[in-house]
Amino acid sequence: MNRRAWNMSFIKFRHFFIMYLQLAWRNIWRNPRRTAVILTAVIIGIWSMILLGSLMRGIAVGMIENGISTLTGHLQIHHKGYRNDPAIENSITDPVVVENALREVLPKGSSWTARVRVSAVASNARHYSGVTLVGIDPVAEAKVSFIGTAISQGRYLNPGDHNGIIVGEALLEKFDTKLGRKLVLMSQDTHRENASRAFRIIGTFRAEMEATEKQFVFVMRKASHKMLRLGDGISEISILLPGKPDNPEIYDRLMTALPSEQFEVNTWRELLPFQTAYLRILDGFMWIWYFVVFVAMGFGIVNTTLMAVFERMREFGLLKALGMKPWWILREVLTESFLLLVTGMIIGNILAFICIYALSGSGIDLSALAAGAEYAGMTRVIYPAVALKDIFVSNLVVLLLGILVSTYPAVKAARFTPVEALAHT
Amino acid sequence: MSVDVKMAWRNIWRNPRRTILTICAIAFASLLLVFMLSFQFGSYETMINTSVKIHTGHLQVQADEYQDKKSIRLVVPNPEKIANLLDKIPKVEAYTFRGQAFSLISSKERTYGAVVKGIDPEREATVSRLKALIRQGDFLSKDDTDQALVGKLLARNLRVNIGDELTVVGQGRDGSIAATVVKVKGIYSSGIDEFDRASIHIPLETFQEVYTMRGVVHEVVVIADSLGDIDTIKRTIKANLLSLNLKKALTVLDWNELMPGLRQSIEMDLVSGVIFYFLLVLVVAFSILNTFLMAIFERTREFGVLMAIGTTPGRLTKVLLIESMTMTLVGIVAGIVIGSLVTVYFQSHGIDISGASELLSQFGITGRMYPKLSLLSAVSGPLAVLIITFFAAIYPALKVRRMRPVEAMRAV
Repeated sequence: MNRRAWNMSFIKFRHFFIMYLQLAWRNIWRNPRRTAVILTAVIIGIWSMILLGSLMRGIAVGMIENGISTLTGHLQIHHKGYRNDPAIENSITDPVVVENALREVLPKGSSWTARVRVSAVASNARHYSGVTLVGIDPVAEAKVSFIGTAISQGRYLNPGDHNGIIVGEALLEKFDTKLGRKLVLMSQDTHRENASRAFRIIGTFRAEMEATEKQFVFVMRKASHKMLRLGDGISEISILLPGKPDNPEIYDRLMTALPSEQFEVNTWRELLPFQTAYLRILDGFMWIWYFVVFVAMGFGIVNTTLMAVFERMREFGLLKALGMKPWWILREVLTESFLLLVTGMIIGNILAFICIYALSGSGIDLSALAAGAEYAGMTRVIYPAVALKDIFVSNLVVLLLGILVSTYPAVKAARFTPVEALAHT
Repeated sequence: MSVDVKMAWRNIWRNPRRTILTICAIAFASLLLVFMLSFQFGSYETMINTSVKIHTGHLQVQADEYQDKKSIRLVVPNPEKIANLLDKIPKVEAYTFRGQAFSLISSKERTYGAVVKGIDPEREATVSRLKALIRQGDFLSKDDTDQALVGKLLARNLRVNIGDELTVVGQGRDGSIAATVVKVKGIYSSGIDEFDRASIHIPLETFQEVYTMRGVVHEVVVIADSLGDIDTIKRTIKANLLSLNLKKALTVLDWNELMPGLRQSIEMDLVSGVIFYFLLVLVVAFSILNTFLMAIFERTREFGVLMAIGTTPGRLTKVLLIESMTMTLVGIVAGIVIGSLVTVYFQSHGIDISGASELLSQFGITGRMYPKLSLLSAVSGPLAVLIITFFAAIYPALKVRRMRPVEAMRAV
């Protein structure tokens, strides 16, 4: 085929195609009432799919963000064995080696911090409780975890605070104490002896979860070094990467830079098994939701399209009598469904986005059920989160299945015989 | 059968294809609601029962404020008086006494802070599942003195095994130092990290001796025959506590108050469930509204004729409503029947949730999940469908009233 002929056939095809779409489009609006009826079904369906999907995704995102900022980070480096046995013997004794490797490997814009993290017992004159003692470098820590922005009373740690301690609001309440009072911490030092040291409460923090407020107490890293006779040792390094939380390339490079017989590198997915499990279940759950909504909507689509087809029996009979092939009629009905679905999807998407936008300002506040939210591992306020994948999948489900179920009425229409159809009133 | 009903019934089957599709949509929604609600209720019951059985019991008698402060000084002074009282109350299945104190637990290598609980081995076995949760070693027996049961995670942290010694150091009730050495007799695992990481159990007598409790306890834990009996028992205990003439004020707490998080998370799950079902019913309602509307558009001519020969609009509306409600009822009944059958099947076989086990074990759900069919779960969902389809049917049925016979008869 030469170029000219090819061009001609292309133009012909284009004409044909445009004519086809035009015909279908005009057919749709011949009966605006019926069209409106089908459109509402599609719009409500897609709207609810996207809206509920974004809320479920929002729960997951909130959980993960909270998990990452609660002293996890995107990546963590420990001494080998620390994760199984988080005791002081499993500290990184020479952090300089790791820090040098980090400087080489991490991309620009990453932040990281080194902590001492041991389990300890906090006590004052009247109360005892198990806590996690965290020795931090206040400046670097503020860039990595929630604590930098969570101070509610008093102040954050300064490099000069040798015996200042920051505790959660809930712990303060449980211990019947207040700012300026003493708190004694007890833990095991590197010589396996009980080390204890008195700190003065200089600030309190609020966290998303009450459990976090009861669990963590923060002191200067230097102070924890002295108390635990740890030298310059640290328990973990927490890293926040710029951009996406998952970065396998950096992970691989860290693994090669740090000798594996001495260090362990973990991603947040390994460090937050609860959240990761939720994320995995979420996808399955979304599919079920899409399917359920679609079936509910699908019955409506089939029913209305079917009735529309029967209503137009005469028309199809006439077209057939004029020589239109059954296949063309099938294609015609399917094109109409396609246009209806696409129109409904566009409007439904827009509506869903308006709702999401309206919710994204203040979110859905669960404070009234805060203890329940915490029990379920959720944050107090849910913000809808839009994931391209979810939107894509829900639209695709509606489009593909919508066309699939329209085939039934379309086949019916294609099967009308001219005589029978023309006799029909 | 009146003429109207007969006419409606025949109208329904004039277009069987449409009718069947509509009924299917309604049946699908009802079926799904029956199953999902049963599933939710079943999982709540599992969650409540495991949490209750692992730890808190249905009810506890404690000193005022003990729940918040957990101070060793806030005690139940005369446990035997409470026991006498409980023995007299019907529907109390079992009860036990516990003492607890936060202490430092040290093995040869490690020291951790944990809650030491004093339990009465024989009574404990009737109240909680602790005995069944023992994974290594044995449960405490009646004559044990310096033996302990340790949570799996705590045992790992302390690096101890069966037979190893633990040193317990804490503060006694009178402010003196309480110290003892116990041997690990058993290691338990409940799947709930919090519980497995932060507690050890020793015999109550040893506990009372070490912490100078002088025969008093911190908690009287009660199990009722069923969840429904809790309120009555609670009221009875409360009423009788005053007559016991105790020196200290005591209080009765039920599982809601002992675990506010559990109750609220159930409420939250119900609320999110309701949103989910609302959206679902909305989609179905539109689906059905469409069908009803279309059916009426299609039959414009017919209504015109009927009106021309003297049928009143009111009667037309009535016939149409009978039509749509008959379809809805058939769909709902089918939905309830099939939904119940599906639920009953899974109620006896269970649903495999191994893919989500690490998540759900934190809520006390392990292995398989069992939906629980009840009158409430079987009826409330379909009832919502019935109400909403009724409203969906009203609009088209009223629309007929505005038709004018002459115009209507001209419509194709």
